[in-house]
Amino acid sequence: MEEFKQRGVRIVAISVDSPAQNAELREKQKYTYTFLSDEKREVVRRYDLLHAGGGPTGDIARPAEFLIDSAGAVRWVNLTENYRIRPTPEDVLKVVDGLAP
Amino acid sequence: MGRWNLLPLGGFIIVVAAFLSYFFVFAYFPITRDFPWLNLLLFAVGLVVLGAGLRRAFAQPERWFGKVSASLLSILSVLILGLFVFYNFSLSAQLPESAGAPKVGEKAPDFALPDQDGREVKLSELAAALGAESGKDRYVLLVFYRGYW
Repeated sequence: MEEFKQRGVRIVAISVDSPAQNAELREKQKYTYTFLSDEKREVVRRYDLLHAGGGPTGDIARPAEFLIDSAGAVRWVNLTENYRIRPTPEDVLKVVDGLAP
Repeated sequence: MGRWNLLPLGGFIIVVAAFLSYFFVFAYFPITRDFPWLNLLLFAVGLVVLGAGLRRAFAQPERWFGKVSASLLSILSVLILGLFVFYNFSLSAQLPESAGAPKVGEKAPDFALPDQDGREVKLSELAAALGAESGKDRYVLLVFYRGYW
């Protein structure tokens, strides 16, 4: 995670969990990045990532990663075909290194 | 005098371990998570052991007990393998199209959401804080994840 900081990548995690759940997870796992809570699934819907009935308690977000620059533009997207398979931190760092500054 | 045939039971235990170890151990490491080759290998070992047990139960019933139990354990094992393959290669690949997700070059739709402390965070403000100057972050990485409910 230190390497993301070195390369100037601010990580923001988004799920449908509540802020309280996020705070607990963050505390327990010693995560330092920001966790956002989309309990109403508004942002998940706007990004077309809603996985209807994907969780035991209803609709959740499918895993997806977006790299955003200072203009607010998307520089890289990853939508996995199988939710077990997600990019490793090294994969993302390679992408960041390959982008024009 | 016949003896109890422990091979089918041993094979079955290996199959159960192959199933459970994915979720409790191997799913935590990308190399064994993305393609569960270690688990499939364990399944193969379990089935070979089961097969050997099954063979001797049927070929030498006077020496080895347990034709019925060996058969039942084999059927259960194949079902467990089927469930594993179904979960890994079918169920977890059932995802929405997401044709409308923001694409490279497009502007990421702005939003405001509460963070872990309940404070509102806006994407446009996060982006505005980025910059090329040293000490400043250059990118925001949005990671949508399934969550823990």
